[in-house]
Amino acid sequence: MTRFGVLQFPGSCDERDAVHAASLVGEAELLWHQERDLRGVDAVIVPGGFSYGDHLRVGAIARFSPVMVAVERFARAGGPVLGICNGFQVLCEAGLLPGALLPNLSLRFVCRQVELEVLSNDGAWTRGCAVGERLSVPAKHTTGRYYAPVPVLEEMAAHGQIILKYAAGHNFNGSVADVAGVANAAGNVLGLMPHPEHAVDALTGSTDGLKLLASVAAPALV
Amino acid sequence: MRARILIRPKAGILDPQGQTVERALPALGFEGVANVHVGRLVELDVEDPSRLPEMCEALLANPLIEDYEIVEAAKGP
Repeated sequence: MTRFGVLQFPGSCDERDAVHAASLVGEAELLWHQERDLRGVDAVIVPGGFSYGDHLRVGAIARFSPVMVAVERFARAGGPVLGICNGFQVLCEAGLLPGALLPNLSLRFVCRQVELEVLSNDGAWTRGCAVGERLSVPAKHTTGRYYAPVPVLEEMAAHGQIILKYAAGHNFNGSVADVAGVANAAGNVLGLMPHPEHAVDALTGSTDGLKLLASVAAPALV
Repeated sequence: MRARILIRPKAGILDPQGQTVERALPALGFEGVANVHVGRLVELDVEDPSRLPEMCEALLANPLIEDYEIVEAAKGP
């Protein structure tokens, strides 16, 4: 069974939902930010929240925590890593994903359900999705406007690294080119602002988030 | 050395904070203000100022989205 490790920084707040969501498709445990090894997990989730109080810049301090050294090694060796919301910001700051997250154009905290369109299922985390499929997932953030300079965006598009985009009318934060989820060149690291771990129970409106987690868990279930 | 590091959004990146301030000033009767940008100020005492650019690149600024400027400041009391 696939074992997920969910990082926990001071100020993380979505790590328990991530553990719950991952435990629906595999096994899941928390990894404290001061740990130096990942206890042999098969996949890592960097969860949402406000790591280190978002001091200086979102994600800027968390990237220097001891556990991130192990995550970088794991990611560079091809291990699947998912960064959600603050986790996405941390992975960008750590240089594991291209680009950066800027304040929403509205400068306001926004919490709403968004529709995402799957542009690629080559990467580890969307293997179980169809290209063109729509996923309904909640988003809740103040600093979620994805930005990368045009040459970087062009290179990402050429390498199939733009994995998810906001469906028409759903790009509420002003992300460049409607980009919602990006991967590294190898496709094993994915980051997105919306929260798949909050979309795993029909009671809360959608179970689409499970598709991302199941994409990583499924090969081990076969 | 006491240094001030001025960090501002890179030119060309949309700066909604600057725009909001720019719109607010005329509303208070302050006309003739343009190109407002809002950034951050980091003040620090440093033993080896030659390492400041490295500090800015590694942590204090994100060079992808921010420009920084290092200014020598008078030592405070």
